Amino acid sequence: MSVLKPKNLNAILKDSFIIGLITLVLAVPIVGLPTINATEGLKIEPRWSVVILMVLGVFLGRLLLNLWWHREPTLSSSIIIQNIPLLQSLQQLLKFILPIGLIFALILPTMPFASRYVMDVAILVITYIMLGWGLNIVVGLAGLLDLGYVAFYAIGAYSYALLANYFDWSFWICLPMAGVFAGISGILLGFPVLRLRGDYLAIVTLGFGEIIRVILLNWYEFTGGPDGISGIPRPSFFGLEFKRNSEGTFSGFFGLDYSSMHRIIFLYYLILALALLTNFVTLRLRKLPVGRAWEALREDEIACRSLGINPTNTKLTAFAIGATFGGLAGSFFATRQGFISPESFTFIESAVILAIVVLGGMGSQIGVVLASVVLIGGTELFRELEEYRMLAFGALMVGIMVWKPRGLLANREPTIRIKVEGSS
Amino acid sequence: MAEMLIITGLETFYGKIQALRGVDLHINKGEIVTLIGANGAGKSTLLMSICGRVKARSGAIVLEGLDITKAQTHEIIQMGVSQSPEGRRIFPRMTVMENLQLGATTNQMAYFDEDVAKVFDLFPRLNERKNQRGGTLSGGEQQMLAIGRALMSRPKLLLMDEPSLGIAPILVRQIFKAIGRISKEEHVTIFLVEQNAFHALKLADRGYVMVNGAISMTGTGSELLARPEVRAAYLEGGAH
Repeated sequence: MSVLKPKNLNAILKDSFIIGLITLVLAVPIVGLPTINATEGLKIEPRWSVVILMVLGVFLGRLLLNLWWHREPTLSSSIIIQNIPLLQSLQQLLKFILPIGLIFALILPTMPFASRYVMDVAILVITYIMLGWGLNIVVGLAGLLDLGYVAFYAIGAYSYALLANYFDWSFWICLPMAGVFAGISGILLGFPVLRLRGDYLAIVTLGFGEIIRVILLNWYEFTGGPDGISGIPRPSFFGLEFKRNSEGTFSGFFGLDYSSMHRIIFLYYLILALALLTNFVTLRLRKLPVGRAWEALREDEIACRSLGINPTNTKLTAFAIGATFGGLAGSFFATRQGFISPESFTFIESAVILAIVVLGGMGSQIGVVLASVVLIGGTELFRELEEYRMLAFGALMVGIMVWKPRGLLANREPTIRIKVEGSS
Repeated sequence: MAEMLIITGLETFYGKIQALRGVDLHINKGEIVTLIGANGAGKSTLLMSICGRVKARSGAIVLEGLDITKAQTHEIIQMGVSQSPEGRRIFPRMTVMENLQLGATTNQMAYFDEDVAKVFDLFPRLNERKNQRGGTLSGGEQQMLAIGRALMSRPKLLLMDEPSLGIAPILVRQIFKAIGRISKEEHVTIFLVEQNAFHALKLADRGYVMVNGAISMTGTGSELLARPEVRAAYLEGGAH
């Protein structure tokens, strides 16, 4: 495929050798000298073979990577990049994929392979799609980097759990209330950070996420602290519960045999409906003045001001609406799990949701779906890898960023498109 | 003639550095007034002060009898001032049409179709490019878009900061022609800040010359063009 000049080859070998050496230095203390429990206390038992294998692996891997990077550029790859018709056909393909994907999502529970496990994974993936769409409003459209989105998820979850515990209110009353509470907290977060952008905003939102978690953890009398809240009521189907009794239950009313799958399928459609609502609202808002203002704010705040857009209101609405959807997803999470504790709302959740938005291509709704399926579904697939699962997760993210640095779907779809006479 | 904008004794500071040293200036309704001056004279600062992007320490800015010295930027814009900012500042990832939509924010796009037709009549090039992303336009086209976007709010007063900056001479002529048409056909009062003194003074009814944060000379466009000190400082060798 490529002819390497000797000078180039020397540099490549040298680079790979240095990387191997660094691995050796790091691997000796970290991997090579493990302590093991022995009768007379801790003992060091060297594992030189593992170290040698690691160093060799890194050296060879680096060598191969270098050879790949320094290959002669072939004609075909440069043509593909400039081949715009290909890009257009990809977009046409997307038009077909959209309805097919939606229909697939709708009929998934009736599929023969839709086992309990598959449905659980599907619910998880759609929950993250919804969270991704919610955060997409803040990060993707308004361009406000929010590292504490999990706070709104937590507020939604705890709103429902606490309202149900203290007042015994039903899920359907608590769901909108949880959304409102999360939305209000979004505005509360929004006020102090109005002047901030970029890195500074990210740090404050990160702090906000942690503050909420720490409050939940330490306000023992109210939230149960680290014990969490258990026995959160399950949602009912228009007052019909999913229980084994024959009176006033879902299976009894419809004359079906009781199956635990009924509730799972109901939960699946519930989160699907919530997620589609999020998507629908976002797509509508994008075409309204407020949505246009969000995107304009992301592009250029000063230009926004000089067009008479009030940046304060614009940012607050983005925070509030994004937070509301986070809160709705949180309530769903609480009712699905039946048990919540602050441990479910750590920073890693914010990071995963943000990763979904960024990897999907900031502002792209379909990108969020793809990224959720790949990241959340993918890690489920990798479950068999056990302790290497997070490694695969990381590799996946690095891979996407190497090959698609602006996200899986980086193309921004204009909100209006007008036919120009004389051209297509 | 009624005044659109009156500025008296305006002083603006950046920290300890004084950028404007008591600027007095007025713009009558329907006029094209130009402000010329060297780099760093304070021209852009004056524009930003009018828009409320930097706050004046003393002095007053009065728009049609209303004191706007302390108002917020978006409030001033909503009162009928519009700006084609320095460096154009169009939205690069949004299409020409979306940029124009954002220009019509203050009137909720009430006259959108009518106003877009006017902008396209003024700049036919934008019509050809209407689905194109702002960032892919040439510098001159971006400037046209910035002016078009500023017109979408149907302003009473249009502020323009160096519309000829970094643009090919042939497009500069087109843009100045368009500014003349905007003034004549739309009856918009125009305050034009320019380094390209020759074109600006030829077009303008009146002009001001700014030196070191204060107005040093004023007169009609042709008067200033004839003044030897103006020719020496801003025109000799630089006219095109």
